[in-house]
Amino acid sequence: MDVSILVGGQAGDGIKQAGVIIAKIFNEIGYHVFIYDDYQSLVKGGHNFSIVRVSDEKVHSHNDHVDLLVAFNQDTIEKHKWRTKETIYDSDKVKTDGTGIPAQSWAKGKGSALLRNSIFIGAICKYTGVDLKIAESIIKNSFHKLLDENMEALKFGYDSVEKKHDFKKIGEPREVMTGNEAISLGAAAAGMKLYIAYPMTPASSILHYLAKYGEKLGVVTVQEENEIAVANMAVGSCFAGVRTMVGTSGGGFALMTETVSLCAQSETPVLFVVSQRAGPSTGVPTYTMQADLKFVLNAGHGDVTRVVIAPGDAEESYLLTGKTMNLAWKYQIPGFVLVDKHISESTFSAELGEVKPEEPKLWDGKGEYGRYKLTEDGISPMAFPGDVYTCKGSSYEHDEKGLTVEEETDMINKMQEKRLRKMEVLREELKGEETVKVYGNPDSKVTLLTWGSTKGACIEAAKELGLKVVQLLYLEPMPMWELEKHLKGRVIAVEVNATGQLADILGIKEKILKYDGRPFTPEELKKKLEEIL
Amino acid sequence: MNLETGVKNTWCPRCGHFSILAAAKAVIQELIEKGERPEDFAIASGIGCHAKIVDYINVNSFYSIHGRVPPTISGMKIANPDLTVIGFAGDGDGYGEGVAHIVFAAKRNIDITMIIHNNRIYGLTTGQFSPTTPQGQKTKSTPYGNPEYQLNPIKLMLGSGATFVARTSSFDLNHMKEMIRQGIAHKGFAVIDVVEPCISFFNATDYIRKNAYVMENHDSSDINKAWERAGEWNYTLEGKIPIGIFYKEDKPTFDELLLKGKNLRKS
Repeated sequence: MDVSILVGGQAGDGIKQAGVIIAKIFNEIGYHVFIYDDYQSLVKGGHNFSIVRVSDEKVHSHNDHVDLLVAFNQDTIEKHKWRTKETIYDSDKVKTDGTGIPAQSWAKGKGSALLRNSIFIGAICKYTGVDLKIAESIIKNSFHKLLDENMEALKFGYDSVEKKHDFKKIGEPREVMTGNEAISLGAAAAGMKLYIAYPMTPASSILHYLAKYGEKLGVVTVQEENEIAVANMAVGSCFAGVRTMVGTSGGGFALMTETVSLCAQSETPVLFVVSQRAGPSTGVPTYTMQADLKFVLNAGHGDVTRVVIAPGDAEESYLLTGKTMNLAWKYQIPGFVLVDKHISESTFSAELGEVKPEEPKLWDGKGEYGRYKLTEDGISPMAFPGDVYTCKGSSYEHDEKGLTVEEETDMINKMQEKRLRKMEVLREELKGEETVKVYGNPDSKVTLLTWGSTKGACIEAAKELGLKVVQLLYLEPMPMWELEKHLKGRVIAVEVNATGQLADILGIKEKILKYDGRPFTPEELKKKLEEIL
Repeated sequence: MNLETGVKNTWCPRCGHFSILAAAKAVIQELIEKGERPEDFAIASGIGCHAKIVDYINVNSFYSIHGRVPPTISGMKIANPDLTVIGFAGDGDGYGEGVAHIVFAAKRNIDITMIIHNNRIYGLTTGQFSPTTPQGQKTKSTPYGNPEYQLNPIKLMLGSGATFVARTSSFDLNHMKEMIRQGIAHKGFAVIDVVEPCISFFNATDYIRKNAYVMENHDSSDINKAWERAGEWNYTLEGKIPIGIFYKEDKPTFDELLLKGKNLRKS
């Protein structure tokens, strides 16, 4: 069973929320869900749509063709009629074939045009054969206004269409969350107490989520005057011993790069979330791209040590964000969660793994404390202001006490080498961890290489074509030990950027790229693969 | 308490920073003797001659980067409000590179103290004009005279909502100590603009010595009077330089409003 429903209308119609409620209804009866949200850089008007995919198997992507189109306005028909055979529409606003419901006039008669959402949700329940009670209880938990009217609207919609499918309960509900929510929860589970940001799409919803639910999660949020302040405030709070995450997109991250370098030199474990969008510069701000890979891997002047991960769905976002928080603190290096709009703002079914804070190497309180003690593994025991006298962090090259050195070339060498040694130890540790995932046909002579949000489309297209897929979870340190094992025969890199940045780094010649701001769908990727295989 | 680090001081002889260092150390020493835990002090500096001060005081410190002291020490304060955090910045650092940060720290009224080493020139980069260099002044980057008008940081801070705005002179050690003492004691954002010479690149020693005077009978609770007094000297090389507290106001601080009694470090 694999059904897709597209809901489309104007910004302000509540399309996004309708998509989430539809997904939650199917989640409730045990289906896997995925939502792709498409919207523009405006607040009212324009065209917004959500594609909700429901399946009895795991899904991390949407398809071009949908089974049902739900049209709030005429624009939705003009733009998406090609995708579908069946349509439910607002007959007060739309002229087309299919099942019309006089939604606008009914909703306005009850006091709010927003009731149209519930009318169409009721209609979808009937169409798919889902018990209306499920929708009722989800709406009761989601809406706080006009509750009686919403219940009536559900019923009105339900009674207005014919039943076409017969979805039955197949299992228990899972978590349903966006990538950004999963990142927030993963960081909180790994001990984050402070989140600092300046708003920027597609990272803003981390700030919104944590501002709203922070109290429950034990996380305080601060919105700062700009991204430079954000990154430096995080340096201050981490130096004072509090696990801190910051989030932004490419343009905001550009302002933070000065501080990335400071984190490396001062050995301050700030966790950065960089959620990419279509660039360069302002680009296409509400659409997706994976074009900041080289930027994030190389950000910061000097020899910067770092750990960079690239989750491909909500479950990985949760686990790997938690993992990266712990690694950043263990190795006292900046950590990076590199995602893009297609992960940050898409909604996934998720079963969350286990994440907990792991204690870094702490000072034993004996003798005189030095923030940068030279050790075999390069990791100096941590202590924080308030607990110790004295702890001195520095952006300058320094001695073991954190005091500036300029003339002592021997100490300069030792400190540079100490920082590099930590990366060697980290690399060894990661050899025992899952740094890549392999899917599909292990005997295939063709391997698709994916990172981040192209995972879903790659897995599905590969399954249909009998190919192997290798997904990179860590980008720094680059797990060459795994890639050497798995990247054999013909390798095709699949990336959403114009130059094939990962392919370039790894010297892979063959690549399938997309750079119009839209993610790959499995159908589209399969077609492109068929053309070259 | 031994606040010496043993690091060799590399400021130019007779540099104004020496007296700021002496005053800051004396006040920290005093507070420790009165019972404050030495562990609870955290200071930070930016980049420039002033910034070496963290190497010269043996308390917890962070040697930050140019202009970024206010967010750095704000982060420390939010992480652990039990800390007494003091930031040091130069005029280029605090009012130039990081001007957005000092404005917003003042706007938020976060409970931190900023001490600005205002010698009105870029010293460590060997003598370019700064935000407070008088218009017309010849500097390395303006050999025919500075075409920019100088900023009045007292007015900037008053306009930004700072709840403790003071000026002192590097030639009046006792006054400077008193300003730092009161700035640290103030619950909220405190800024102390220290007018000093740069011996090597803008030596206004005689002018400052001759013209700085302590304000008397000034009502520091009146924002309009504060604004008036702030306009008395416009960071030129002419006229008298009033020093003292221009403005002081008590209102809830950002860390109190944000944290509601929590201590993130200790939770």
